[in-house]
Amino acid sequence: MGIKVYGSDYPITPNVMRVLAAVYEKELEFDYVPLDMKSGAHKQMPYLSLNPFGQVPALEDGDIKLFESRAITRYIANEYENKGTQLLTKDTKKMALVEVWVEVEALHFDPVAIKLGWELVYKKIFDMEPDMAVVEENKAKLAKVLDVFEARLTQLKYLAGEAFSLADLNHLPIVHYLMNSQVKQLFEERPNVSAWCKDILSRPSWIKVVTLHEKLKG
Amino acid sequence: MGVKVYGIPHSTATLRVLAAIHEKELEYELVPVDLRSGAHKQEPFISINPFGQIPAFEDGDLTLFESRAITKYIAYTNEGKGTSLISKQGKEMANLAVWMEVEAHQFDPVSTKLSWELVYKGFFGMEIDNAVVEENEAKLAKVLDVYEVRLAKSKYLAGDSFTLADLHHLPGFQYLNGTKVKHLFDERPHVSAWCKDILARPAWEKVMALQKQA
Repeated sequence: MGIKVYGSDYPITPNVMRVLAAVYEKELEFDYVPLDMKSGAHKQMPYLSLNPFGQVPALEDGDIKLFESRAITRYIANEYENKGTQLLTKDTKKMALVEVWVEVEALHFDPVAIKLGWELVYKKIFDMEPDMAVVEENKAKLAKVLDVFEARLTQLKYLAGEAFSLADLNHLPIVHYLMNSQVKQLFEERPNVSAWCKDILSRPSWIKVVTLHEKLKG
Repeated sequence: MGVKVYGIPHSTATLRVLAAIHEKELEYELVPVDLRSGAHKQEPFISINPFGQIPAFEDGDLTLFESRAITKYIAYTNEGKGTSLISKQGKEMANLAVWMEVEAHQFDPVSTKLSWELVYKGFFGMEIDNAVVEENEAKLAKVLDVYEVRLAKSKYLAGDSFTLADLHHLPGFQYLNGTKVKHLFDERPHVSAWCKDILARPAWEKVMALQKQA
């Protein structure tokens, strides 16, 4: 019994993509199970036994069940330490920096970036009008966050050091969405951020995620 | 040379770090940051935390920020000392990872809004927004329903031992326990027992004593 990743049908949501990035980086065999979210499958049993908050993604690995995308990527990074890309490090001081930038993604980047993703990318897919007030407010906030990233990436190739880590991986989905939106110039006008984006988005594992996503479009 | 924590003992995020330090029985210095004068938004503090927030942390030449990154560093670098706060493999590690995220993404946003209305606004003589309180009380009830089911299965969130997943909740609970939303915890027997248990930990009582002195 292998790994099962439960997620959305097209479009695959960023939180689900985060988990897919990790399973591909670790070169793991898995089944992708898209849920019928339009009919509320994620808010009912049996799915609620996997994620009691009724959200995607969830993951099953043998008799281990997990939810919260960043818990899942953390679990995959630890449990499959010896497979695929190293996402963590045994050096405790270097690992501490990975932890800091994992938190930065979750608490500084994501809350702002996901609002922009919703307004500028998702709403477009569903033919809805974006709320431009929300867009302007969050563009300004994202610019400030990216200024911090620009300074950071002047010193280092990746957020936590010279190697790609869990901290960079957790950013992939929303960086991908926003680089395909009208706010991509916020990334492109910051040279170090721009180089980092290009680098992580060209990873073979990420290309596989995008391929799976496009396949579901049908 | 011990570690340094930059922050104040009234900030929930600073308290989260102090809880971990006390569980591990570490030597440390609490360096106050003058928030009123905006010290956290300027040099030298901003070099340690470019997001201009407390707490920050120093261990020799290593500087860190984000309370939940700091607690993990404290837990992993002091494995042989004090309380074990982590699990490294299998089901317990998976549960630890899940419930740390639940605290950060499901519990904390709601807890923070309620503390702001019901605790901090009181200190500053500001009007409580009852609509916000009602909305977030309802959200908190739903979150605690999930916790109630979980805590029927194990004594602590990750398993049978106290870990960071439980610890990260302490500051939020301490504040909410003194407000009218306390009944949401009391009405759920497993949540209630778990809250009472973790709030009574000697390490947490030491952190609370520190807060009273400040």
